[in-house]
Amino acid sequence: MDIRRLNTVWVILMLATGATWEVGEQGFAGQLAMALLLVLSFVKGRLVVLDFMGLRRAGPLWRSLLIGWLLLVSALIAIAYRIAQT
Amino acid sequence: MAELTHPTHRSSAPPGDLAIWVFILAELLAFGVFFAAYAFGRAHNVALFNEMQATLDRQAGAINTVLLITASACVARAVEAVGRARRVSGARWLLAGILCGGGFLVVKGAEYAEKFAAGINLSTNTFYMFYLSLTFFHFMHVILGLVILIALWFKTRQGAYGPADMNGIESGAAYWHMVDLVWIVLFPLVYVMR
Repeated sequence: MDIRRLNTVWVILMLATGATWEVGEQGFAGQLAMALLLVLSFVKGRLVVLDFMGLRRAGPLWRSLLIGWLLLVSALIAIAYRIAQT
Repeated sequence: MAELTHPTHRSSAPPGDLAIWVFILAELLAFGVFFAAYAFGRAHNVALFNEMQATLDRQAGAINTVLLITASACVARAVEAVGRARRVSGARWLLAGILCGGGFLVVKGAEYAEKFAAGINLSTNTFYMFYLSLTFFHFMHVILGLVILIALWFKTRQGAYGPADMNGIESGAAYWHMVDLVWIVLFPLVYVMR
């Protein structure tokens, strides 16, 4: 595993966490804020799966299962928030 | 470049024991059901959820996100170090990860103490029923993850792991990263999204 890669990933994760926090601080609400938060958590989760868990170098099966979980959970949350909106 | 390639990753198998990955998947499915239940539960009580979410300590949630992600990064560095036969360095990274994870428990414990002091419990309302059960379910996983990290720390110091024997440390690390992954979805969902 590449140390520089791990450090870069940590920095990206910190920046994305800062962005998530800022959405809360600004009191952003609604579909756009929801989409932004889901994209941020997907980007973060994907990096954890690929680089921290080390599945980037593993076969596609487990990588797809974990990233598929992230997508499924994000989709369910998005649907539920859309229902709530109407 | 050769030294950067992990010696145990020859095949397409994930790092660590296959059993831990089956376990991780089962855990993720349980949390996924919980997240969906929260989101759809909110759809029927939007006003209540938005009002109650505002009573949460978002700063504590953000600090805990930083702690868990940093703990995960430390554990990844520990696996990397042990993979290059740097056992002492690996043990230090594991200890740093344990301290960050312990910090999470302290911050979350303080949050719980504040809510309980305010008389909040599972039957306060639907939001707090979800908030308390969901975060406590995760809290228990952080505790189990820390127990695993402490075991890995002891065994790494004893020299149980090395470039040729990565299975144990990779399996334990994978479990810890799962705990981190779940919080990465939990924090925006419960503390921020409205």
